[in-house]
Amino acid sequence: MAIRVQREDFDLGLELKGLSAGNHSVGGLCSFVGLVRDMNAVGGEAQDISAMTLEHYPGMTEKQLSEIEAEANRCWPLEASLIIHRFGRLAPGDQIVLVATASPHREAAFEACHFLIDWLKTRAPFWKVEETDAGDARWVQSRDSDAQAAARWSDDHEAEPKS
Amino acid sequence: MKVLYFAWLRQKIGVGEETVDPPAEVGDVRALVEWLKGRGDGYCAAFQDIDAIKLAVNQEYASLDAPVAAGDEVAFFPPVTGG
Repeated sequence: MAIRVQREDFDLGLELKGLSAGNHSVGGLCSFVGLVRDMNAVGGEAQDISAMTLEHYPGMTEKQLSEIEAEANRCWPLEASLIIHRFGRLAPGDQIVLVATASPHREAAFEACHFLIDWLKTRAPFWKVEETDAGDARWVQSRDSDAQAAARWSDDHEAEPKS
Repeated sequence: MKVLYFAWLRQKIGVGEETVDPPAEVGDVRALVEWLKGRGDGYCAAFQDIDAIKLAVNQEYASLDAPVAAGDEVAFFPPVTGG
């Protein structure tokens, strides 16, 4: 189990190799990488994004990510897991987040990876501000679909966060 | 008591973090918000729509009814948008 909150980019290949290094009970790795898109819909209208800046709540971020990761490890038989989340100013195409899981079997790796990214989106205290080509900056709004995606897991797992 | 503000709340209030010493009758987050609103227009603007704001006490998600006391760390922020 590991979490990293960092400004620097990450190398997916190296991180995945590290997840199973020396552990031959790992039968499968699953990963999700989130990227900065160059476009976002604002009030139904597509706008070009020139950059995105992520801020977070140091301390609470690590605490929440650790709790989410511990929950995944309680629910699925994982050999290893990793969450990397970047902050600072990023450009379209840049990597934002990595969630990776290692398990003897693929089902656990797939499901835990999906759970982690869904829950991370509603629990980890990050906020994004987008800059458009026109020079405007606006805070990204949370989406109901993200809350719904996380809530799907609630039947089998911990309830949604309070408040 | 340490109070933190993130994203557009920080921009409206003008600081990201401050140490405050509210009177003893401020016993929960709801009362803290009301007391903070007395500190200036920026606070009133930030807390105008209280239902749009999330909060944490000592780095755990909490509600407006959560108790607070001297020494606590209270943070106010919009719904999170990580990932």
